Amino acid sequence: MSLSEHTTGRHIPDRLRSPLEARLKSWESLLLLVAIAIFVANSFASPYFLNAWNLSDATFNFSEKAMIAFAMALLIIAGEIDLSVAAIIALASTAMGAAVQMGAGTPVLIGVGLGVGLLCGAFNGLLVTRFGLPSIVVTIGTMSLFRGISYIVLGDQAFGGYPVDFTYFGRGYVFWVISFELVLFALIAVIYGIVLHKTNFGRAIYAIGNNPTGALFSGIRVARVKFILFLLTGLMSGVAAICLTSRLGSTRPSIAFGWELEIVTMVVLGGVNILGGSGTIPGVVIAAVVMGLVTFGLGLLNVPGIVMSIVIGALLIGVIALPRLWAMRRG
Amino acid sequence: MQMQSPALASADAVPVLALDRVTKSFPGVTALDQVTLALYPGQVTALVGENGAGKSTLVKILTGIYQPSDGTIKVDGADIRFPTARDATRAGITAIHQETVLFDELSVAENIFLGHAPRTRLGLIDWRTMNSRAQDILTGIGAHLNPEAKLRDLGIANKHLVAIARALSVDARVVIMDEPTAALSHTEIHELYELVEKLKAQGKAILFISHKFDEIFRIADRYTVFRDGQFISEGHIRDIDESDLVKMMVGRDMDQVFPPRDRNPGAQVMSVSGLCHPTEFDDISFDLGRGEILGFYGLVGAGRSEIMQALFGITRPSGGTVTIDGAAITITSPADAIAAGLVYVPEDRGHQGAITPLPIFQNVTLPSLGRTSRNGFLRLAEEFDLAREYTQRLDLRAASLDAELGTLSGGNQQKVVIAKWLATQPKIIILDEPTKGIDIGSKAAVHAFMAELAAQGLAVIMVSSEIPEVVGMSDRVIVMREGRMVAELSGDDLTPEKLVRQAAGI
Repeated sequence: MSLSEHTTGRHIPDRLRSPLEARLKSWESLLLLVAIAIFVANSFASPYFLNAWNLSDATFNFSEKAMIAFAMALLIIAGEIDLSVAAIIALASTAMGAAVQMGAGTPVLIGVGLGVGLLCGAFNGLLVTRFGLPSIVVTIGTMSLFRGISYIVLGDQAFGGYPVDFTYFGRGYVFWVISFELVLFALIAVIYGIVLHKTNFGRAIYAIGNNPTGALFSGIRVARVKFILFLLTGLMSGVAAICLTSRLGSTRPSIAFGWELEIVTMVVLGGVNILGGSGTIPGVVIAAVVMGLVTFGLGLLNVPGIVMSIVIGALLIGVIALPRLWAMRRG
Repeated sequence: MQMQSPALASADAVPVLALDRVTKSFPGVTALDQVTLALYPGQVTALVGENGAGKSTLVKILTGIYQPSDGTIKVDGADIRFPTARDATRAGITAIHQETVLFDELSVAENIFLGHAPRTRLGLIDWRTMNSRAQDILTGIGAHLNPEAKLRDLGIANKHLVAIARALSVDARVVIMDEPTAALSHTEIHELYELVEKLKAQGKAILFISHKFDEIFRIADRYTVFRDGQFISEGHIRDIDESDLVKMMVGRDMDQVFPPRDRNPGAQVMSVSGLCHPTEFDDISFDLGRGEILGFYGLVGAGRSEIMQALFGITRPSGGTVTIDGAAITITSPADAIAAGLVYVPEDRGHQGAITPLPIFQNVTLPSLGRTSRNGFLRLAEEFDLAREYTQRLDLRAASLDAELGTLSGGNQQKVVIAKWLATQPKIIILDEPTKGIDIGSKAAVHAFMAELAAQGLAVIMVSSEIPEVVGMSDRVIVMREGRMVAELSGDDLTPEKLVRQAAGI
């Protein structure tokens, strides 16, 4: 066979489906419909719902968790998980509280918050990538470790006395009803969306999540990518710790207790495969809004917190199971 | 080649088990083509053939895992079918596989009787009977093991004995041994020979599958040779010698046409010296020139893939040097290897070579993203262009470039994997069993493409177990045995017979 015969192989089109068509039939579109339905239901259920300030308050229900959820989404797509994120918040917040006692100002506090987050992430990442331990086990361990340190330092005490300008991160407004946290949430969403969907790094994440061995054999530095992802979840936990501590104005060791499961729920509800390999940032954004609307709407109706978690659980199972049941009936 | 009729040999007795013109086809491939086999009580029949001769397919048909597409199976002269593995067991056929699945947390007796444990009248497991029968079977094969011991406390050799005991626990009349000595040490092999003698004395018919000529001539009474899914010959082992057997195994018509090549290797591009690994291989040294195709031949487990994976940075060698274009380099990851111009197309396509849930174009561009992107940002148009350029050169058949790779046939997946590596513009490409499990048409395309690559100056290392491919494509062949280089063949020395002799050590 000659060279010319090879170079004239038959033409293969890029795509058969347009990207728009694929997007319309996606999980994200379904989730958007759910969000709209909840929005409409809420506005009928409570006369207080359609109020700009109330809606603005609703965003605080999800924006801190969602910041971590974006990093968590990358980690889960790559086939790993970090259950220590809420404990990192506790440790970072405790460290910031301690720094305040030593007279630190706001810039130092930010450095401490982000630094502790990065250190915790590096610790998780090192244990997983260097020693090959399963991340679910490692981070269950560090979850107890990080929060345990916080309990030892604080006991039943609380740190307070944060500087006045520090309160801006959790309570400040950039413009009218648009809070600093909401702007930060949107900014981080855009950055993570670009990283995951538009860069080589994002492509490597999908490759690793679908087949880590195949990715390694394709020249991807799998351990390095995973380590960076753990660093990012740690960093985002630090960011969330700054916002939450600023909003609450004090640090107790039980801060952000149980958030890790809400964050994982947000990621899975957003269409990220818990086994790794697929998922999108827009999906996680919509899932965050859905969860925020549900808890806020129920809050307006004076539904107790325990019922809210039942509703969130039912929502998660419902949204995950229904399409599958539908496919089974059709198939 | 003379073909002996099975009828001639059956003067001994009626075969316990006989296959009559059995055919097994898969989509696109005929694994067995009207093969004949007869097993006699109290005799060991060696089934001999190259990789791909159809031996494993035959074992699967005899044990009820595959159904023959055509032909008949006879037990004691009567037609029979094995719709399930249980039916084959009931007919008295049992197999000792290369890797029988055993359970570490269960006892020896439980492992032996798993799935057919003796029951009490209440339907519960009759532990006393089970343990005593297990003890009987173990004693019968000369294994001194406590039936109640946990399997995980046993060594590998004793686990193997448990696997054998499990096979014999079903009152077998036909025992299939598929490369039973592959994982055994010297003394254990001798114990296995004694076991085979015991089974013969009990009147069992034994089908013995092995690549090792010394053991075939030591314990087999009869032989049957398959080649490319066809029955070639059978007879008494005492009537033939090793070279007869080698001729029957490889003496095929070289009917596959390989592309003509100008065999003039250019300047040296790679040199490997004294490459070692603690367990897999030792003292590997070779040079490779531009435009050369260097074959690596050996039996499965000879260490060929392990060498290639060490070169590619998957595993760390314990010693030795690698030079590319005159510069000594250290490769500690595939990323290093790719940067040095060395790429590896693995044998295990689904697991290592491809990321099947991702689209075709993303598989092709994965190692080349540095070139298609700008400042770390993806450029899809460049990716599609690159993917199209290289997949078209391999004549890929696919509906679109964003189709999931897993939806393609094996041959087309392999084309994508090769395209992926060529797109990195390497100096050296290592192909590990490049045509394994793909159809004839794709094979020819891969062969033609290999020749073309060599003609363009790429240095090619080809690991292959298919003799026609090794002889037809290579300029030079390094033969491996048990982790060592035992011969280098080229020119007139490069013959199927010499390859087989060197690889088997005869």
